[in-house]
Formats: sequence, structure tokens, C-alpha cells
Amino acid sequence: MTDHSNLKIAVASGKGGTGKTLVSTNLFWALQNTGTQVTLVDCDAEEPNMAEFISGEVLVRLPVTQNIPVIDSEICTFCGKCFNYCNYNAIVYLPSNHFIKVVEDLCHDCGACTVACRFGAISEKEKQLGTVKTMFLNSNAELIEARADVGVYSPVPVIKKAIHSVNDRSLAIFDSPPGISCPFIATVESADFVVLVTEPTTFGLNDLKLSVETLQQLKKPCGVIVNRAGLGNREVYDWLKANKIPLLLEIPFDREIARIYSEGLLLVEEKPAYQLLFRELLKTIEKLVKR
Amino acid sequence: MNEIVILSGKGGTGKTSLSAAFATINNNTIVADCDVDAANLHLILQPVNYYDRNFTTGSKALINYDTCTNCGLCIDYCRFDAISFHREKVTISEISCDGCKLCSRICPSHSIQMIPSDKSRWYAGNYRNGKMVHARLAPGEENSGKLVNVVREHAKKTAQETGWETIIIDGPPGIGCAVISSITGTNKAIIVTEPTNSGFHDMKRVLEITANFKVKTVVVINKYDLNESISSKIENWCVENNIPVVGKIAFDPEIVMAMINCQSITEWKPESETSKEIIRIWNQVKTDKCIIQR
Ligand code: SF4
Ligand code: SF4
Ligand code: SF4
Ligand code: SF4
Repeated sequence: MTDHSNLKIAVASGKGGTGKTLVSTNLFWALQNTGTQVTLVDCDAEEPNMAEFISGEVLVRLPVTQNIPVIDSEICTFCGKCFNYCNYNAIVYLPSNHFIKVVEDLCHDCGACTVACRFGAISEKEKQLGTVKTMFLNSNAELIEARADVGVYSPVPVIKKAIHSVNDRSLAIFDSPPGISCPFIATVESADFVVLVTEPTTFGLNDLKLSVETLQQLKKPCGVIVNRAGLGNREVYDWLKANKIPLLLEIPFDREIARIYSEGLLLVEEKPAYQLLFRELLKTIEKLVKR
Repeated sequence: MNEIVILSGKGGTGKTSLSAAFATINNNTIVADCDVDAANLHLILQPVNYYDRNFTTGSKALINYDTCTNCGLCIDYCRFDAISFHREKVTISEISCDGCKLCSRICPSHSIQMIPSDKSRWYAGNYRNGKMVHARLAPGEENSGKLVNVVREHAKKTAQETGWETIIIDGPPGIGCAVISSITGTNKAIIVTEPTNSGFHDMKRVLEITANFKVKTVVVINKYDLNESISSKIENWCVENNIPVVGKIAFDPEIVMAMINCQSITEWKPESETSKEIIRIWNQVKTDKCIIQR
């Protein structure tokens, strides 16, 4: 088959529900069907759902931790310097009551308080932020899932760890979190190419513009898949043309596709014609990256 | 004051199209678009803004190269990998900087300044049925919960000033802090779900949150005919758990046509079955008829 590339492709969309999962799971499955070494990484750490479509035997489960400072109030002189250094209001400091404590949920693990303390009153302990699970599907396919624990301030460290767990020699598909905030950026930053999935509607175009603007700031090459083509209008296509953004693929609106997806099944298995389309998609991306 | 929040778990269930319809049924309505990460409702409601304000989300470190000695000390201290040598010059990546200020504090030549990041904005304006508050979070910003609070506060203030009763909140997707900010203190929540396994799963997660905050919650199944067997699974589950399913809307391409024409479905095809069902749902929810105290 194709030259076993180690391309890293992120699949993203401004909003959930546009068909991002449909694309990432089916691209992955189409490639592993042809014997390509491929890893799917579920980077939507706040709501991972790849395992609903594809599951396998869990090989490794790695905890992801951050360091939380612990203040020893026996050693602490209540000088207040750490409190002043903390830019996230994560330290409760009540000198008159001889009370000082780190609020774990607010702490960003920046290390400023440890630097501040000249009395050695601050040490650090580990706190779990989430887990990275590697699932074995067959000799050439793996699924890596980033899952943040509920209530952590940011899923970013969990996402980064999941991406780091990918074998360097493997082609990888990152299913990106929705939106354009830090989790999205952490995901696309490590990708060679970003596939944006949109719908040919007013909302779809608006979300797409925000995503493209963000990717341009990051200087990441991208291309677009229009899902549910046929519903909506031509505005998206005109905009892509005017902005010279490649249209990679169109997936038509089709009640049958909607049903297959709704039951957690894979399009490339139920409708084998799509197998070829998704393989072509990879070739298109490879060409664009080489350019 | 009657604050009603529309939620969906994951995006794509038609939450915003439904919010637009609810917002254009009655006059004297206040709308708060709390989906600040990917706001869309203004595309249909097209408010004429009378407010346009900055929102400061935090700060970013900036190096003054006139005094920086390129010693590289700040690189060792930054725990966010935001500082590195770029072409042999110490450089801070604005997008990776978390704003902790540590580099600025330890720089021996005092060459790092913290600059407020205020690229996010919020707006208030008039639209055809009332007033609307909305916002736009800048790329790479994390504080969406706080921006949601700003939008909600202003919507409430507007309600007090005008004496209007109803605030419709288009909530953000997911179950994160922005969602929590958008539901705390509301009177009612409408969860818009769709008949997919993942839609069903997300609906249950959102229900856990609304239950935690003791918000009366009802469910609407959108595009129910795309998979009737999952739709009835959802309905049965809701009945067993005492959650009213206040309506079922069939898949209707006219919803997309309405959107393209910058109208809500109830404006675009007021006589259609879809519109009638949506109006019936709204009247029920507004007047509390369907709602059982949980
Ligand atoms: S590590 Fe940073 S955020 Fe956490 S308590 Fe210390 S100064 Fe505050
Ligand atoms: S800097 Fe050290 S000694 Fe001073 S208040 Fe903080 S922990 Fe206590
Ligand atoms: S610590 Fe200060 S002087 Fe040294 S490289 Fe960083 S900014 Fe420049
Ligand atoms: S402010 Fe903190 S995160 Fe930003 S560059 Fe400085 S040390 Fe790194």
C-alpha cells in the first residue's frame, strides 16, 4: 500500500456535531483495513467518545498528573510572598489566623509559589488530572484515549500526554476537541495538517471562519470536508474558493449515513464504497503536506 | 424573571436553531447567547448592537528586547513550555503562555512585562423581538465561564431595566465550566437531544448537572425520525426517570433553509408542522404546564 508515512493529521470542527467523529473514525478504519500502521487519538478529553465506535483490549493505562504545592504551616513564617506570587488566586492566606492553604482546583501548576518561598515551606505532591488509555485493535491499529477527570482546570496536559504516547513511526489521526480554545490549540499544534469538517450552512461557515483564522495564526495548513452536502447553500464553497482553502471531500446528506452513525457503526464497513473515498482523502492530504 | 436555558450536551443537535425559534415567538424577549466559544445565534437574530465591550481574560508575557540579555533563565522557569530559543533569540509563544507571571518576576534584567489579553468582546443590541446579549471569545482563551457570567449579568440587568419577563439562554455545548455558569440560578432547562447513541449518552450527562443545580429540566428530541428506535429508547428512559419529554421534532430541511435566509423556522415557515410543534413546546415550557418539580 501507500508509503507508510508518519503524518499527524488533526480532524477538527468549530462545533461538535458537524461530522468530525464520522470523519476521524472512518478515515482511521479505512486506513487500518489496508494495512497501514495507524493510531487514532481521541483528544476530546472532556468528552471522549471514540470508544463507542471502535474498541479494543486495553494495553496501558497511564495516569496524568500535575504538581500541587503543599505548604507546611509549621515551617511557614507567614511572609505572604507566595500569596503575592500566585497569579491565579489559588492560595488562601490568612496570617492573623495562621492559616495558609493551596486551593487545588484553582492551581495551574506554574511553580511560582515554590520559587517565592525562601523558607523551604513549600513542597509538591502529585495530583491526578486524568488518564491516557492505549487500546490494541490489531497488529497495525491502536486507539489512544485522553480522558480528563471531572472538574480539572484544563484538559491540556492530558491531551499532550496522549499525543506524546503515539509511536513516532505511526500515522496518527487526532480527533480534536471542539471550539478554538486551548484544548483545540494543544491538539492541532502537534499536527502536520488539520482537516476541518463543516456543514454547508450559515452556522457552519461562521464556525469554519473562526477555526481557519485560528489555524492561520498558528501557521498550520488545513483543508475542509463538507459534510451533509446538499443541505444548505453554496456560501461555504464560495468562501473556500475565495480564500484558496482546499476542499478535500464532500459527504452527502443521506438518511442512511445518519442511521449508521446514530447506532455507532462505521460507514466504511456498512457502505464499502466509502473505503476508497477515505483512502483518497489521505492521498490528497499527503500531496498538500508535501507542497 | 423567567430564565430558561437551552442545552444540548454535544453540539449539532439543533439547539441554536431551536433557541432562535423560541426567541422569535413572543415580543419583549431577552436573549443571552452563552455559547461564547462558537456563537451563532446573532447570525439569525442580527442584533443592532448598542454596546461593544472588551473582556479581559488574563495576561500574556512580553519581552522587551532592548534590555533582554538573552540569558535564557526564563526558559527554565516557565512550566508551560511557552518560552524557547527561536533563531537563537529567547521568544515567548503568546498562545502557549498561561499568564502566570513567573518569568517576569525572575528576569534579572526586568525585561518581561505582562500585557492584559483583551481580545475577547461582548455585545448587547436590539433585534426584532427584543434585546440580545452575546460575546466572542478570542482564540486560545480559557475563561469562557467568566465571559458567560458577564453575558448573563447584563441580560439580567436588561430585564430589570425593561421590566420584561423572559430571558432565553442559548447554552454552550459540553458539560464544562461554561455550562455550569450558564445554568446556575436559572428556572428551567430544555435539553435538545437527537436520536444517536452519543446524543443519548450526552443528554444523561447534562441531566446530571441540571439535577445537581436543582434546575427543572425537560427534554426535546430533535430529528426524532432519523432513528425512531433510539428515539423511543430515549423517551422510555425519560419516563422511567420522571423527566418530561415535551416534544419531538421531525427532521426538516426547512430548518436549514430558514437559517440560510437569516430567519428562525417559525418565521420562515410559520404554518409548518415543525413550527407548530416548536410553538406548542414553547408555550408549554413558558407556562410550566409540563414541568414536574424534581
Ligand atoms: S503553583 Fe502557581 S498556581 Fe499553584 S498555588 Fe503555586 S503559584 Fe499558585
Ligand atoms: S512564601 Fe513560604 S514562608 Fe512565606 S507565606 Fe508562603 S509558604 Fe509561608
Ligand atoms: S530571563 Fe530576562 S533577560 Fe534572560 S532571556 Fe529571559 S527575558 Fe531575557
Ligand atoms: S507568564 Fe508564565 S506561562 Fe507565560 S511565559 Fe511567563 S512563565 Fe511562561
